[in-house]
Amino acid sequence: MITAVLNRLVASAATLLGVAVVVFVLLRIVPGDPIAMMIAPGASPEDVAALRARYGLDTSIPEQFWIWLQGVLSGDFGTSISLRLDVLGLLASRLPATLELAIAALVVAVVLGGAIAVVGTLMGRRTGGALDAANGLLLAVPDFVWALALVLLLGVAWPLFPLTGRIDPSVATDFHTRFYLLESLATGRLAVARDVAAHMVMPTLALALPLAAVIARVLKEALGEAMLQDYVLLARIKGMSETRLVMQEALRNAVGPTLALTGVQFTFLLGGTVIVERIFAYPGIGNMAIDAVINRDLPLIQGLVLLFGLMFILINLAVDLAVAALNPRLRHG
Amino acid sequence: MTAPLLSVETLTAVSGRDGGRPILRGASLTVARGEVHGLVGESGAGKSTVAKAVLGMLPATVRVAGGRVLFEGRDMLTLDRPALRAILGTDISLIPQDPQTALNPARRIEAQLTDGLRLRRGLSARAARARALELLDEVSIRDPARVLAAYPHELSGGMRQRVLIAAAFAIEPKLVIADEPTTALDVTVQKQILRLIRGMQERHGTGVVFVTHDLGVVAQICDRVTLLYMGKVVEEGTTADMLERPRHAYTRALLAASPRYDRPDAGLQPVPAAVFDELRREIAVFDAREARHG
Amino acid sequence: MAETFVDEDGGAAGRRRALARALLAEPKVVVGGGFVLFLVAVALFAPWIAPHDPLEQDLMLATLPPAGFAGAEPGYPLGTDGLGRDVLSRLVYGTRIALTVAFVAATLAALFGTVLGLLAGYLGGKVDTVIGRLVDIWMAFPPVLLSILLVAILGSGLHSVIIAIAVIDWTRFCRVVRAETMAQARMDYVTAAVTIGFPRPAILVREILPNVAPVIIALVSLEMGIAIIVEAILSFVGLSVSSDTPTWGGMIAEGRQIVHHGWWVLAAPLAALFAAVLAFNQLGGGLRRALDPVMRR
Repeated sequence: MITAVLNRLVASAATLLGVAVVVFVLLRIVPGDPIAMMIAPGASPEDVAALRARYGLDTSIPEQFWIWLQGVLSGDFGTSISLRLDVLGLLASRLPATLELAIAALVVAVVLGGAIAVVGTLMGRRTGGALDAANGLLLAVPDFVWALALVLLLGVAWPLFPLTGRIDPSVATDFHTRFYLLESLATGRLAVARDVAAHMVMPTLALALPLAAVIARVLKEALGEAMLQDYVLLARIKGMSETRLVMQEALRNAVGPTLALTGVQFTFLLGGTVIVERIFAYPGIGNMAIDAVINRDLPLIQGLVLLFGLMFILINLAVDLAVAALNPRLRHG
Repeated sequence: MTAPLLSVETLTAVSGRDGGRPILRGASLTVARGEVHGLVGESGAGKSTVAKAVLGMLPATVRVAGGRVLFEGRDMLTLDRPALRAILGTDISLIPQDPQTALNPARRIEAQLTDGLRLRRGLSARAARARALELLDEVSIRDPARVLAAYPHELSGGMRQRVLIAAAFAIEPKLVIADEPTTALDVTVQKQILRLIRGMQERHGTGVVFVTHDLGVVAQICDRVTLLYMGKVVEEGTTADMLERPRHAYTRALLAASPRYDRPDAGLQPVPAAVFDELRREIAVFDAREARHG
Repeated sequence: MAETFVDEDGGAAGRRRALARALLAEPKVVVGGGFVLFLVAVALFAPWIAPHDPLEQDLMLATLPPAGFAGAEPGYPLGTDGLGRDVLSRLVYGTRIALTVAFVAATLAALFGTVLGLLAGYLGGKVDTVIGRLVDIWMAFPPVLLSILLVAILGSGLHSVIIAIAVIDWTRFCRVVRAETMAQARMDYVTAAVTIGFPRPAILVREILPNVAPVIIALVSLEMGIAIIVEAILSFVGLSVSSDTPTWGGMIAEGRQIVHHGWWVLAAPLAALFAAVLAFNQLGGGLRRALDPVMRR
């Protein structure tokens, strides 16, 4: 068990390194000089050279990579070219917003998808089949389309929720952390929490619905499989109601395979924050990433890609560990 | 004569799929309180169909063409779901055939053993646990606390079957259906399990319908026997009568074909073709009569 | 739902007929494929279908609502955008970009991914490990971010959008093809071919590929839907073709900006996008079901 985990960690580190190399190389074959975008007109060649040296863009690519890698390992991600701020600091300041969004979306997706799967299993074949068909159609809708549909429905047609930003400018923002929702809930400032939550509703739904559709389909199949097993038949003979059969007997056996298949989908959800945050002008790392690319902000792009890569790898690791933990056989075996 | 606990009355069933192929042909049997009744027959004779009918769990592919299944006077085939559930959880239970698949791999033994006690007998967690420990002791499990905390995959096949037996008797049912409970076990373990079931049954005064294809098992545990062939009752009576004074040629042939531990030198004889001819003739008569009335 | 096919009326022609029958029997193929054909027709006959020139601006007629709403102008059934351009015409012409990207990018991604998947699945060993590691690294990137990055590198324009999509989504094909190839490589007919002395590339192409083809074809249809979405996202961010050329994503971007007083500029292309993706999705699902038993020997 321990060796397997260690192997995974080594492989993950190698993958992360690969990600860093790929993005590093890609960025340096970019046409479009970030320095050229920064300099004031009339700057002397010495100024340009000095600026280039300051951002470390005057040495060879392998040397640049080595310098950057050393920096990263000691916690220095460089300075953002477009925002003139420390990259690590920028990431830290915008990450909490994205995390709150992603985790809220995960919770919504699990609850919604789970409910649909359970209800679909308890229903008869006909209504269950109709539910399946509807779910199948909705599976095709990506977060991009959901986001825009929500803009039209809940932002314009029946304006229930704010369309942009994270918090209303008129609301007090003396926060200590950047976890606005958590902090306002923890400190009991419910009016503030409500405002933050209202701003989160649409982006969260846009991110959650595709994942919910996947969970609903996969979990329902797994539940169907479990309900055919002998132990469910025996439980039925013990006089258990259908609801109890699904919730108490079948569900725990269906969660494992569902988790395995939906773990990867959560990384897609995270990737989706890039465009969803943009649509709702939500100040997270996704939104920042688009601007970074448009501005050719090399250090910031590198930092962001590394951050996303790290999150993806950690999520995959966590899912694999959870699947192993859930299966009593694997745990003892 | 008190009313029987279970009375299957001329149960006739056909397959809904293969064009009405008969599955049960007017099968009848009665089980008295505290009686162990063997339901014997080769594969496909209809034993498990009768068992499923008693449990009210006939699959949708089986259509009942006639007869009743009376448990304490109530027809299990016509009960609605809530009434059926009420009886199943408290008065009837099942000892399933395969201990590998009959236990939920994701729930501990304690939970699975105390289901009925907590749901139907309303016992608290602590009281149910105490009762579960007693039951495990009754089925001769040596370290009951460890078993309660274990998951099914941690136990051997024999231990799992003992747990299933304990679970079946836990709610003190009036009737237990034992569906070939020793088929999936080693021969060495079979005898112990049979003794166990008999012991539990005697202690709790439970009626048992023991489904099996093995006449040897019948000899060890059953009070009365019903022998099925292709859904039709060929012979029924006390075990002693059936084994020592068989009336039907098929019964005699089966006995001759089974290894007898008390007569090791008697050779095994296959069932003669003439016996099957006779059986088929009887079945044809039944089918013809059914076609006329049905 | 495909019928078992008896080779009565002769090899290839008979197989084609059986194939056609199997495809048409699957409702998803008919509905999805039908809509895709409809889109192709719209794209091809755009100049005849579109009522106006999609680039023609008329600031006097800016932001007019669609038919049925107060202030609508006849001749502009879906209204106009902020520069007075006809939404319907732009929608029709936008189909061209969408479908071009869809077909070309999906095919390229399928080609690249299938080749690598076949190699990884059949050769195994070091080749498989290397390709596997490559797939892992690729999948550690958020797809949208990677596509934006690539287009930024390659410069905006349709060619970069297509290349970007192909370069990102090949992993989808690679994984599936690799799994299928590994399963097929163990089968008897492959062992037989090896024993007879067929060269390895020939085995891959002639023996394994036809059995992997149904999965690939279904996946290509799915990928086309994805490609349309990615193009729309890239247009939305302003990185696709020039802003004058009508694209659904570009219209969506503008519509998002003026959503409070020009919601139709967002709604029309969004609906088209949704319908197109749904159609490709259904087609892919139906193809997978219909092709499976027919094409396997």
